[in-house]
Amino acid sequence: MNVNASLIVKLIAVAAIACVPISGESFYVELVAKMLLMAIFAMSLDLLVGFTGLVSFGHAAYFGIAAYSVALFTAKFGQMSLWVMLPAAILLSAAAALVIGIFVIRTKGIYFIMVTLAFAQMAYFVFHDTPLGGGSDGVYVDARPTAAIGSWVPFDLDNELHMFYFVLVMMLLVYLFLHRVLQSPFGRVLMGIKSNEHRMQSLGYFTFGYKLAAFTLAGALGGVAGFLYAVLFGFVTPELLSWHESGNVLLMVILGGMGNLAGAVLGAFAFEAMREFFADITKYWQLLMGGVIVALVLFLPGGLTAIPGRIKRALQGGGAK
Amino acid sequence: MSQTSKNEVLLEARKLTRRFGGLVANQDIDVTLERGMIHVLLGPNGAGKSTCINMLSGDLPPSEGEIRYLGKDITRLSAAQRSQEGIGRSYQRTNIFPQFTVLENVRLAAQSRRQQPWRIFSKAMEQQWALEKARACIEEAGLGRRVDWLSGVLSHGEQRQLEIAMVLATDAQVLLLDEPLAGMGSEESASMVAVLKRLPQTRGILLVEHDMDAVFAVADRITVMVNGQLLECGPPAQIKASVAVQQAYLGTEDSFHV
Repeated sequence: MNVNASLIVKLIAVAAIACVPISGESFYVELVAKMLLMAIFAMSLDLLVGFTGLVSFGHAAYFGIAAYSVALFTAKFGQMSLWVMLPAAILLSAAAALVIGIFVIRTKGIYFIMVTLAFAQMAYFVFHDTPLGGGSDGVYVDARPTAAIGSWVPFDLDNELHMFYFVLVMMLLVYLFLHRVLQSPFGRVLMGIKSNEHRMQSLGYFTFGYKLAAFTLAGALGGVAGFLYAVLFGFVTPELLSWHESGNVLLMVILGGMGNLAGAVLGAFAFEAMREFFADITKYWQLLMGGVIVALVLFLPGGLTAIPGRIKRALQGGGAK
Repeated sequence: MSQTSKNEVLLEARKLTRRFGGLVANQDIDVTLERGMIHVLLGPNGAGKSTCINMLSGDLPPSEGEIRYLGKDITRLSAAQRSQEGIGRSYQRTNIFPQFTVLENVRLAAQSRRQQPWRIFSKAMEQQWALEKARACIEEAGLGRRVDWLSGVLSHGEQRQLEIAMVLATDAQVLLLDEPLAGMGSEESASMVAVLKRLPQTRGILLVEHDMDAVFAVADRITVMVNGQLLECGPPAQIKASVAVQQAYLGTEDSFHV
């Protein structure tokens, strides 16, 4: 797909998503809002998996830490200001990623996968088993953060529509931010590391610092998604940090097509849509879901975003005969 | 450049030794590389040439010995640190970023000299100084016609030239080239030899190579290694005339990889 066609498709998709609240169905508004925040989560992981070549299997930790921070801060200090709570949640996730990153970045391949998983499990048990987290039942967010600045209230997150568009705007901001970062000299170094880290070192790059920066940035953006989750649903549970969630977001990235921001968004939408669809038909939905994912990975290794290219090639191949 | 006097010693290795368990891959190797020279490391397979070049580049720590660059002890520096000092290398197996264009490969190499990782909102493709340097290095490596090609689709010979361009873009004063002619046809070899001959003026080149014609065409000095040990070092005429070299290397069945 050329640049213009791709841009037009993306704009149409955004316009279509922006029209969802017209349906008036609260169920769909909330579902699409969830898809949007999962898209942020998937894009943040794609920065690691698809662009830097770091396959993290513990990315749910940063999602969960930000989500829990909303619940715990609100429980302790009462209703929070959005303008304090959002940066605080992001900073906490980023700090966790920075500290964990210092340890995990030293490992490679399968070890990296296992160590990121181990740290995420530690974070899971902190919220599951210590007095801090409130156990397996989770914690309610007593009040959504307020967007008020002084007496001026630009929008209200208790309003379903405001909440929806807030999540949509955040998703677009994260997309544009990452899009820009990936075009920067920093982004090119990450891609170089994914392609051939050893070569980057022999070219004089100290790759540890770059990988740690990417890991921290991914954690921070994962925190944005976790924050939005807590605010949207009003409660958090330790399951948000579990390895199932780390696996799900990895599947979203793979489903959409690694190394492609739009792919991560598409993967998140497709994954959540399938989850809803299959859960509707049967309680064995996970079996169906697993089957579909196996089939997609087998027959569409480039993910959903590889489809236009395939169709194009098929058409050209047909035309040549 | 301030120091471009010929015969200045750029790289000096003394008594380099590398052991892998009980195997001594390199024993007491001395190498001296001067500016303006092409110094060829010659030897049969398994002689320890790659081990030697890996120790010089920082990819492999030596078990014993000392390496100096412009008089400074660099024995314990990492590969990335040595690259920043001015030692660049290419690999035996082609080592490029195939999904990038030729220009982007070399631009990325140039960018390593002025890293500003915090500038995440600037655009890589608008880094004029890096692009200019990249274009000049691509030209110097003889790839001017391929600037905007995807590097993955270049011929094998062109990819090797691209590697040279990438090393040049890091401002390397010392070029460690591991078999730059390996796997090339005669035409590709000829153009690579032409590129190599142009390079040394302000730099020093240490080259591992098997192709005898090419070796004697480009070498100012040759070091012959056998079984991890230094056999003889001198100008090409001396090496050609050496009885020891003939016996140990040229006379064996493992001679002349042409």
